[in-house]
Amino acid sequence: MREVVIISGKGGTGKTSISASFSYLEGANAITCDCDVDAANMHLLLDANFAHQQNFMSGEIAVIDKDLCTNCGDCYEVCRFDAITPMQEYHQVDNISCEGCWYCSRVCTHDSITMQQQKAGDIFISDIKNGAKMAHAKLGFGAENSGKLVAKVKQEAKMLALKEDKEYVITDGSPGIGCPVISSLSGANLVVLVTEATLSGLHDLKRVHELVKTFNLKSVCIINKADLNDDVTKEIEYFLKKENIELIAKLPYDETFTKSLAKAMPIVEYDPNSKLSIVIKESWEKIKNKIQE
Amino acid sequence: MKITIASGKGGTGKTTLSTNLTSYLASQNRKVVLADLDVEEPNSAIFLKGKLKTEQVFNKMVPKWDSTDCTLCGKCAEVCNFNAIIDLPNEIRVYPALCHSCYACSELCPTNSLPMTPERIGEICEYDSDNFSLVEGRLDLGQEMAVPLIAGTIDFVDEKFDGYIKLLDAPPGTSCPVIEASRYSDFVFLITESTPFGLNDLRLAVETMRVLKQNFGVIINRYGIGDNGVEEYCQVENIPIVTKVHNDKEVAKLYSKGELIYPKIEHFKNSLDEIVEFIGGIK
Amino acid sequence: MKILFTAKGSEWSSPMDARFGRMEMMVIYDEESDTLEVLPNSETEAMEHGAGLQTAKKVLKHSPDIIITGNGAGGKALDILKTSNVKIFIGAGDMSIKEAYEAYKNGKLTEQL
Repeated sequence: MREVVIISGKGGTGKTSISASFSYLEGANAITCDCDVDAANMHLLLDANFAHQQNFMSGEIAVIDKDLCTNCGDCYEVCRFDAITPMQEYHQVDNISCEGCWYCSRVCTHDSITMQQQKAGDIFISDIKNGAKMAHAKLGFGAENSGKLVAKVKQEAKMLALKEDKEYVITDGSPGIGCPVISSLSGANLVVLVTEATLSGLHDLKRVHELVKTFNLKSVCIINKADLNDDVTKEIEYFLKKENIELIAKLPYDETFTKSLAKAMPIVEYDPNSKLSIVIKESWEKIKNKIQE
Repeated sequence: MKITIASGKGGTGKTTLSTNLTSYLASQNRKVVLADLDVEEPNSAIFLKGKLKTEQVFNKMVPKWDSTDCTLCGKCAEVCNFNAIIDLPNEIRVYPALCHSCYACSELCPTNSLPMTPERIGEICEYDSDNFSLVEGRLDLGQEMAVPLIAGTIDFVDEKFDGYIKLLDAPPGTSCPVIEASRYSDFVFLITESTPFGLNDLRLAVETMRVLKQNFGVIINRYGIGDNGVEEYCQVENIPIVTKVHNDKEVAKLYSKGELIYPKIEHFKNSLDEIVEFIGGIK
Repeated sequence: MKILFTAKGSEWSSPMDARFGRMEMMVIYDEESDTLEVLPNSETEAMEHGAGLQTAKKVLKHSPDIIITGNGAGGKALDILKTSNVKIFIGAGDMSIKEAYEAYKNGKLTEQL
């Protein structure tokens, strides 16, 4: 079982469309994994049926028992997050501000504060239209720490791949350069960096590559919207050469991208004979060869 | 007046819109400041070429071990719920990146061996152009506590720019950072695209705004590329559509070069006019 | 020599766990007495951050001479492990404990620390 993780640093580069196309192409031979849990939407392209759901519990918040609270104000004194408000007869916790540090519950001498685990999201295993399964998730409102959720989703995907003896796990990675993307990279056999020919695309590619380097992972790159700005494309190519990253493909700016999104289909399904689809198919073959190296 | 510009996911045109709106308002002699709160990846400064005016280190408070009176009792490690303190046989180690600055270890230490001290996590930069200001929070690489820096950047703007129109460019997503960037504003613009993707993200963002009891409206970007899903949804949910920005490859081209759009593209400017008019109607 | 393996099970044939901080189990082999000791590491599963630090602290309590793992310990955990003389060997993430032990004996693993 080999895992390919597709990341991009910035949003809107076409990472999810490309990942979903790879899944569609590989069909029943791969498990798909959506680690972009903050704004998950790969399931839309692959017709996920949300067959199995489990709660994702993470983080705690303080809960004050009104009946036990003597309104002494000790909790209010120690809270650094302005999460406790004195009321007429008791103190109250603001769930949005509470960081779950436990300080208030430790100083409360009346045992009126308990810490309660929060449901921070949902994890799903779905059947999808390529004939295989997909692990994905939805992060709950204001939930912190999608890194841990990402790790869970990946674990589910890998377990499925082992159980069903699949050759590939195709992971749509998290955006940014923080904890979630670090989680989504862990254990990857190959990283595909998707960027676009814009100044911010280049800027974010550099930042995310720094991260990939620290984990010693093998990576390749796809430049999307490469004809949007030839100068930036050249700059990206120069950067890739310098860093010894293989350029797998340059995709043109193409309305097929958004048209297929509008129809909720991977590009290779929406218009399989288009030039774009052919380049994506070639890219996936190259990626598979690269993993086997 | 404080307005947050947010979107469920990245790449919807949030920065393009907020930078152009700032410059446009300024060109009409309005006092305006833009705060880039996407502290992990701030790049508004690419588009608004201002001059760096002030650069201020942003610190968070973290405990620092003072071995003088420490008995190595381990209470600090026990009360830290974020695993930021490790008590080893001969020393106490603090890991500032994990610290949430709750002060529990410091204040519950029987020997006062963990005084809170400032530690740099990023910086707040203020840029000046002819007629507007840009304030940018920038988290240092490897730091993860975006929320305090977002709050600090908003405080900075509040203090320095009283009486201005304050536009806050929020980080993407629906987690803590975007909540911090939205919860104290007078109004939130949610930017989305008219595709099933855009609708999915919009639903999540709307859910978030409703929990916050925040007033919000929708800006549809790259209008014409998809279906009517977003418009129908807004109608059913009774959400105002502020403007529809038309899809145009020329916009993408200007963006790729880091250029402002409205001076060159009329329909884009018309959309900004609709936004400005809408802002005029907010209480 | 006491050798600690990051593992997913308690037997010689069990698979290794490539992760250090969030390893499922610590399996400690004492070469002198030829015994295997197994310690679950499940408490780190619930931790959002800092699992590596806690695991490193726990590992040191059992004072192994050698740690054999997959990806290697993260920066913070490494920092804690450096306070002792323990040596870390990596690259055994896809093996069984038995295979990992043999690979170590034959000098096939890379030294991280």
